[in-house]
Amino acid sequence: MAEEVKTQEFWRWPETHWVNPDIDWEKGELITAGVDVGSVSTQAVIMVDGEFFAYGNTRTGSDSPNSARKGMGFALEKTDMKIEHMDYCIGTGYGRVNVPMAQQSITEISCHARGANFMYGPEVRTVMDMGGQDCKAIQVDDRGKVLNFMMNDKCAAGTGRGMEVFADLIRVPVWEIGTRSFKIQKEPPMISSTCVVFAKSEVVGLLESGMPENDIMAAYCSAMAHRIMELLNRLGVKEKFVITGGIAKNEGVVKRLEKELGIKTGERVWNKKEYMDRGYPFDTQLAGAMGAALFGNALLKMGKAKSARKA
Amino acid sequence: MIANYGFGDGSGDWYVTIDTDKCNGCGKCPEVCPARILEVGPDEIDLFRKEPVAFVKQEERKKIKYSCAPCRPGYGAEPAPCVGICEPKAITHSEGWKLQFGSR
Repeated sequence: MAEEVKTQEFWRWPETHWVNPDIDWEKGELITAGVDVGSVSTQAVIMVDGEFFAYGNTRTGSDSPNSARKGMGFALEKTDMKIEHMDYCIGTGYGRVNVPMAQQSITEISCHARGANFMYGPEVRTVMDMGGQDCKAIQVDDRGKVLNFMMNDKCAAGTGRGMEVFADLIRVPVWEIGTRSFKIQKEPPMISSTCVVFAKSEVVGLLESGMPENDIMAAYCSAMAHRIMELLNRLGVKEKFVITGGIAKNEGVVKRLEKELGIKTGERVWNKKEYMDRGYPFDTQLAGAMGAALFGNALLKMGKAKSARKA
Repeated sequence: MIANYGFGDGSGDWYVTIDTDKCNGCGKCPEVCPARILEVGPDEIDLFRKEPVAFVKQEERKKIKYSCAPCRPGYGAEPAPCVGICEPKAITHSEGWKLQFGSR
């Protein structure tokens, strides 16, 4: 009998969840939730009267309804809140029409704009969302309203999934790539192919030629930054410029993009001072779900939606 | 809002741009579009807009390069049917078609 060897999955990023200890949800009037079912990750955010209450960030499975249930269950795990207690739930992302607990679905473009406005503050003018399999550049006004958007969801080059494939190929955990890509002597020329599949074969070639691993990571990060630049060049960048989504956590890409653009990205911190003081976790992947939950709150307050609370 | 529907790939930019501030939702462009990629309905991006707006159908957004090819700028009739019929001049096409195929 052949022996089975467990190997590490280098692409697997940690799934996280959190509950706000400062809020007693039972006293809250409006409980809204946003579920962002993306192509790679699923986030659920729960808000009590427009304040950040809980979130869950998981990997998307093979079907959207189950991924949404998993994400929501993960967010509610440490609370005694149930889905029946929620006033309104909004689905967003690729699988938005297949979120079973959602009363409505809103496109991810609106939700990311709204979420970035809440997380980074009303000074945000350009939002670059770098998701699992697409990237979108959005220009917003001070209320989080979309002014101009451009989306590239036809091709997964320069996205989170590409980074995962790359991590698995060079056998370095995906969250280490950013820091390790700076431990180099000299900035190497970037990977010339933007396509994930072509880039993969180019990397295999570089590995065989004996190029140091860190240099290859640097080359891949700058190729990714360059690819995102193309989308931003078409749309135009205005400050304050922020990046949301999983790739925002990779400083190797972010710093190289800043260098190429000549513009600093807004710091990855909460806009709200009390959130900062109490050390609330800041996860760039949450922007979409956060926006959806905020839209739920706004729609209920304006009387455009009816509460679906059962308990 | 300026809505860019379409994509950019190695061969150029393939976008149909609709300026929703100019669009009055008259519904003429879906009728003249030979490929039937346009639609008029509620604004899915700006939830608080009351008037209907023109947009490119969800399932057509990744095929614009091919479905719009017969009327592409520099090849088909000038201006393209959707651009010509639009009174507030809300619709524009990107230059991708011209760059790749040149002018006729």
